[in-house]
Amino acid sequence: MGNLNFRPLWRYQDAIIEGIVTTLWLTVIATLAGLVIGTICALVLRKGPKPVRYLIYTYIEIIRNTPPIIQIFIVFFVFPGFGVRLDPFPAASIALSLYFGAYASEIIRSGLDSIPRSQVEAGHCLGLSGPQVFFHVVLAPALRNIYPSITSQFVLVLLGTSIASQISTEELFHTAGFIDSRTFRSFEVYALVALIYVLLVTAFRLLFALIGKLAFRWPTRR
Amino acid sequence: MRQFSMIDLVALTTALQYTVLLVVLALAFGSPLALFLALLRTTQSTILRLFTAFVLQLVQGIPLLALLMFFYFGLPVFLGVQIPPLVAVTVAFTIYTAVFLGEIWRGGIEAVKQTQWEAAASLGISRWQQFRYVIAPQAMKIALPATVGFLVQLIKGTSLAAVVGFVELTRAGQLASAATFQPLLIYSVVAAIYFAICFPLTLWSRKLEAVLNGSR
Amino acid sequence: MALVEIRNVQKSFGALKVLHDVSLSIEEGEIVTIIGRSGSGKSTLLRCINALEEIDGGEILIEGQKVYGKMPNLKELRQRVGIVFQSFNLFPHLKVERNITLAPTLTGRASKKDARELALSCLAKVGLEEKVDSYPEQLSGGQQQRVAIARCLAMSPHLMLFDEVTSALDPELVGEVLKVMEDMARQGMTMVLVTHEMGFARDVATKIVFMHQGRVWEEGPPSELFANPKTPELRAFIGSTRQT
Repeated sequence: MGNLNFRPLWRYQDAIIEGIVTTLWLTVIATLAGLVIGTICALVLRKGPKPVRYLIYTYIEIIRNTPPIIQIFIVFFVFPGFGVRLDPFPAASIALSLYFGAYASEIIRSGLDSIPRSQVEAGHCLGLSGPQVFFHVVLAPALRNIYPSITSQFVLVLLGTSIASQISTEELFHTAGFIDSRTFRSFEVYALVALIYVLLVTAFRLLFALIGKLAFRWPTRR
Repeated sequence: MRQFSMIDLVALTTALQYTVLLVVLALAFGSPLALFLALLRTTQSTILRLFTAFVLQLVQGIPLLALLMFFYFGLPVFLGVQIPPLVAVTVAFTIYTAVFLGEIWRGGIEAVKQTQWEAAASLGISRWQQFRYVIAPQAMKIALPATVGFLVQLIKGTSLAAVVGFVELTRAGQLASAATFQPLLIYSVVAAIYFAICFPLTLWSRKLEAVLNGSR
Repeated sequence: MALVEIRNVQKSFGALKVLHDVSLSIEEGEIVTIIGRSGSGKSTLLRCINALEEIDGGEILIEGQKVYGKMPNLKELRQRVGIVFQSFNLFPHLKVERNITLAPTLTGRASKKDARELALSCLAKVGLEEKVDSYPEQLSGGQQQRVAIARCLAMSPHLMLFDEVTSALDPELVGEVLKVMEDMARQGMTMVLVTHEMGFARDVATKIVFMHQGRVWEEGPPSELFANPKTPELRAFIGSTRQT
């Protein structure tokens, strides 16, 4: 059994912090872009023309039924084919956004579907217009239903950004590999990196729980 | 450099067997552990329940990739022993399976109404018998769609074994890509193979879900 | 001219014909109670009046204006016709005050400034001023239903529709809702109700409509209808509700 020695890792704290920042950037970009993609897809799936709906279904199923690492490779290698050089970070951002978008569209669609028709009817019966019913009657309860799934998807994408290291995006996990190659303290490096991920995830979970508590205060039956 | 050919397809197919092997091993070792965790999460002892919840939350905060690296590179170095790659990778996937499947099964157990426990207890059978004969069959039915859904996650997850050099489908794709310089073609083929396996499972899971919702 | 004129209305759900040639007219100030077995088409008829269901034949006129799903001023019509549902359908994310003032403020009938006052005055009519700052799920079923009535009143409707509004309530909560409805009737509101509350039908209604198999089987003032039912179907129906 070896001795635990974290000391050699200390001099890499700047690299680690940079790695964390890049990881967070990737996560935030993927989440925001993914939410936009997901919202558009969910709305089109509800009301759009059939061919476009099938196109969106195809996109969602391809993303959900293939490994993210392959998706990242494909995005990374598809652009040079068109003569465009794409750096690892934008390539990873695009891949992760498409990934989040596919899951988000399903979450948002079922969130909108979860609002009973009777609520919409009640709104119309009070003489409200379609958009008024959507923004004042449907939106807030739908957001509340969507929120838990979207935030846990956020956590999964945060963990998933580690895969971006495989196309040399210099995020936290890539940094870990780099430090490992310099110090040969594999055990300490990967234990430390795992701990950092756990702390990040825990911090976000607490933050989301707090935001949820503040944002959705009305009591519900269940 | 050479063209993408039969050789690569054969290599991919061979490697696919290792993907399947990883999935089978992960399920074989992971599901008993998952059941154990699910039971701990639903036990009557509050301390055990909270402790298990805490541990599960921790492990769920570690990327699968980090688990793999840790057991493949970290632990052998620390212990000063050689761990065969298959063992290291299997340990990582077993933990991954246990944690996620454990949560799914806990959900299934909790979805069975408390009155079922009471009704079973009133028959004068042991707590294990209550679980085995009354709760588990109902919980299994409820958790089956999500379990099949997890199977898809697991199959996709085994692709990360490629990162530590374990030659399964994704790694075989990387090797073929390096040999042919046709990454886009190769990875598309690899993606298609994963899709061909995962999509039917996804459809099955959704069908089970629909049946379950219909029956409730 | 009648406030509501229903002429030869037909309605099917797929192959199932729910309304066969229903005609009915409702004068201003009338309290019309529609009774009948479940499946007799009474709720569907009510929903057609508000264009919640599209009719397949015949016509419905409210204040002389033809009602249909794609009519240009459907919103304005619905602002004048209030409907209360069996399942309350309050908006769970809005406090009682906002539930009541949402439609009046969005449709420009009340300013934000007067909103609270409006909410309070409507709540006074249903006896729930103290619940103005509660959320719907903090109220009992009877209270929720009274808020739903107040929400309609805030639009000062010419006509109120009640779709089995006490059916989802625990028996001990039915009375408080019926009392509010009685008060409204006394103040001259035109009301159309679908209900199983025979006591209310007998005591408050000005006209009873008995529906059977998608048709208006018998109609008339309650004293007459309950005392001498002309058809065996109505006699059987009254017999079956006697014990309640």
